[in-house]
Amino acid sequence: MRVMAQMGMVMNLDKCIGCHTCSVTCKQAWTNRAGTEYVWFNNVETRPGQGYPRRYEDQDKWRGGWELNKRGRLKLKGGGRLKKMLGLFASPVQPELADYYEPWTYDYKNLVDAPLGDDFPVARPKSLITGEDTKVTWSANWDDNLAGTTEMGHLDPMVEKVRKESADKIKFEFEQTFMFYLPRICEHCLNPSCMASCPSGAIYKRVEDGIVLIDQDRCRGWRQCITGCPYKKVYFNHKTGKAEKCTFCYPRIEVGLPTVCSETCVGRLRYLGLFLYDADKVTEAASVPDDKDLYQAQLDVLLDPNDPAVVATAREQDIPDDWIDAAQRSPVYALAKVYKIALPLHPEYRTMPMVWYVPPLSPIVDLLRDQGHDAEDHGNLFGAIDELRIPVEYLAELFTAGDSEMVTGVLKKLAAMRSYLRGISLGNDPDDSIPASVGMEGETMYEMYRLMAIAKYDERYVIPKAHVEQAHDLEELGCSLDFDGGPGMQDSPFGEASGVPTPVAVETFNALQQRQTSDAPGGRETLRGRVNLLNWDGNGVPEGMFPDQPRDDPQEYDHSDGEERR
Amino acid sequence: MDVLLWGIAPYVSMAVLIGGLIWRYRYDQFGWTTRSSQLYESRLLRIGSPLFHFGILAVVAGHFFGLVIPMSWTEAVGMSQDFYHFNALFVGGIAGIGTLGGIAILIYRRRKTGPVFMATTRNDKMMYVVLAAAIVFGLWTTLASVFLGGHGHNYRETVAPWFRSLFIFQPDIASMAAAPFSFHLHTLVGMLLFVIWPFTRLVHAFTAPLHYLFRPYIVYRSRDRRGSGSSPSRRGWAPVGTPDRDNRRR
Repeated sequence: MRVMAQMGMVMNLDKCIGCHTCSVTCKQAWTNRAGTEYVWFNNVETRPGQGYPRRYEDQDKWRGGWELNKRGRLKLKGGGRLKKMLGLFASPVQPELADYYEPWTYDYKNLVDAPLGDDFPVARPKSLITGEDTKVTWSANWDDNLAGTTEMGHLDPMVEKVRKESADKIKFEFEQTFMFYLPRICEHCLNPSCMASCPSGAIYKRVEDGIVLIDQDRCRGWRQCITGCPYKKVYFNHKTGKAEKCTFCYPRIEVGLPTVCSETCVGRLRYLGLFLYDADKVTEAASVPDDKDLYQAQLDVLLDPNDPAVVATAREQDIPDDWIDAAQRSPVYALAKVYKIALPLHPEYRTMPMVWYVPPLSPIVDLLRDQGHDAEDHGNLFGAIDELRIPVEYLAELFTAGDSEMVTGVLKKLAAMRSYLRGISLGNDPDDSIPASVGMEGETMYEMYRLMAIAKYDERYVIPKAHVEQAHDLEELGCSLDFDGGPGMQDSPFGEASGVPTPVAVETFNALQQRQTSDAPGGRETLRGRVNLLNWDGNGVPEGMFPDQPRDDPQEYDHSDGEERR
Repeated sequence: MDVLLWGIAPYVSMAVLIGGLIWRYRYDQFGWTTRSSQLYESRLLRIGSPLFHFGILAVVAGHFFGLVIPMSWTEAVGMSQDFYHFNALFVGGIAGIGTLGGIAILIYRRRKTGPVFMATTRNDKMMYVVLAAAIVFGLWTTLASVFLGGHGHNYRETVAPWFRSLFIFQPDIASMAAAPFSFHLHTLVGMLLFVIWPFTRLVHAFTAPLHYLFRPYIVYRSRDRRGSGSSPSRRGWAPVGTPDRDNRRR
């Protein structure tokens, strides 16, 4: 037994309102750079829907993840090592920008600079890739809230599957439709196929916390990882020529803070914590013959942190005590393995994903309520879960490789919890027959309710710090102080991507220092005659703060050295 | 003049190539990439790039065969000059034309596809000129010997001995000087290509991921603990590592 720790996440989909706050804050923190315009480490998809990039779940086309070969052993779906090497020069299966979208901005300048005329000036969309005028036809969430589903709903690969396997059809008529949101980040898999596809060996899994990262110095841009990842969560930075992916906000995790997406989630639907798992069992678990057994195999790889034998082995293998303690309090372990209500996304890709989802009961509750039934009654809900096959089968395609019984079981637990707690809140005696009907004790169900409904910040995020002895070294500030005119800002002869990347903190540090120590108003050169009021430091009147006036008396209106005049 | 071109220049170009590679490997790993533009355009790339790359690999193999293996060896295994020459022209010609076709497609794509052209640096353009010139002049030496009739010039008696003599540091300048102008030109452009190699995107060739065939699929790496306590490295010579590792070192 080789015990290893893994940071994991659970998302409770019932609580997701599809506000995209996680995506936006993540983008602001990590991918607001040139070359990553189209990159969303975190994105929120409306399901049924095509996802991002379009139809990424269609592995017959994109060849992501693993499959079993004839001898029952794991093999990359995109082809073995030799095939990958032969495909280096032009990767045979590779999403293009058209499969994502062409990022754009708007020509806001025209709103201010357009000559006087009969028509209102407009800000035309401009491509961020070519700089030319562009027509916006797709984006990362174009089919948000089922937009366009009547025409494009059938393009969801999971809808296709359910239609093939089920006599009923998923309908997109208004009355019968259902939807929910699916926020996605990198799965930080136990058996990552991106890593296995990387010719340079630049992608690695950290021994301490299992976070999967790309070494930006060792990545050579062979872009096989993009094909390899079935979730299409590795992106190509087209300016630096390197692959980039969600980092699980490791600089935050190392100091005990939750990821940006979790921290800013308004629905508080994300849970972070540790799993302990047996690294020796991973390959075996990932190669069970039947897709539908993969979920159970994945659960079996996770070790019980309260088992004394596991604790003893973990200690032997240098897992610190505070980490073992965190694993014992881990909310993600509780949701995934104790209550068994969190499910992995697409276990059939055989990558052992470590971001888990509590499937949403809301599509069923909504349908029930719309038909005029009591949507809180467990009898009604159980009946509906059995009856409403379409949402259940759809969820099963996402979370259990099509095993709808497993999903039914989870949904029934959620329904029972709903009904059981309604009884309690109405002041009735707890009806223990309800938890019993899904094989749970009343007390366990109450604990599950506590964790799902009212858990506080430090119960939702149980993150042990990276080891204190090195903690101060991890702070980015440590380097910004002795930074002397580094290579980041100048044009390098090898193109803009070359040289050591400047850490963000250095840029901010220098900019702040400049602004605080200089007497001149800020932003004169950089904004080219216009002022960003958000950055205005109140220091004088910068050029361009007021629009040019007709100059009858130049002295009156010349604000360029307004400081002295006042 | 001959001493300068065939006695000194080769060593200068080798020194720049090797020194440049070492320097760039230590200083600019972050810039060491193929800078693939497949994200922008892949239809033409899918034809041009394999054509060029497989072509150039064959050309490299041909150069090895022609320059490194002495004529006496091939004769010893019973390969006649005619047979060798025919092979060199035929196989080499096909590989050369494939390479040229490939690079032509790639350059056309680079110029005509908006986003790809936008992503082309001045450095790239300069590199393309030298690379294309090397290929064109190389192909010229081959084709010239076909159309000039006879067997053309036997470079295995002039260029090849000179090339081998470079490695024992006793350059055989006289035999290289005896080669025709087309070979001189090709060799000079070749040396220029070696000089610019480390400083262009061509470096990716030196990190061809052959070790992928042998490494385990899953890579574990520890959050690095090296670095604390060591003296700071000189600027430009900081050892490579992940950015977080670098931060700690500085």
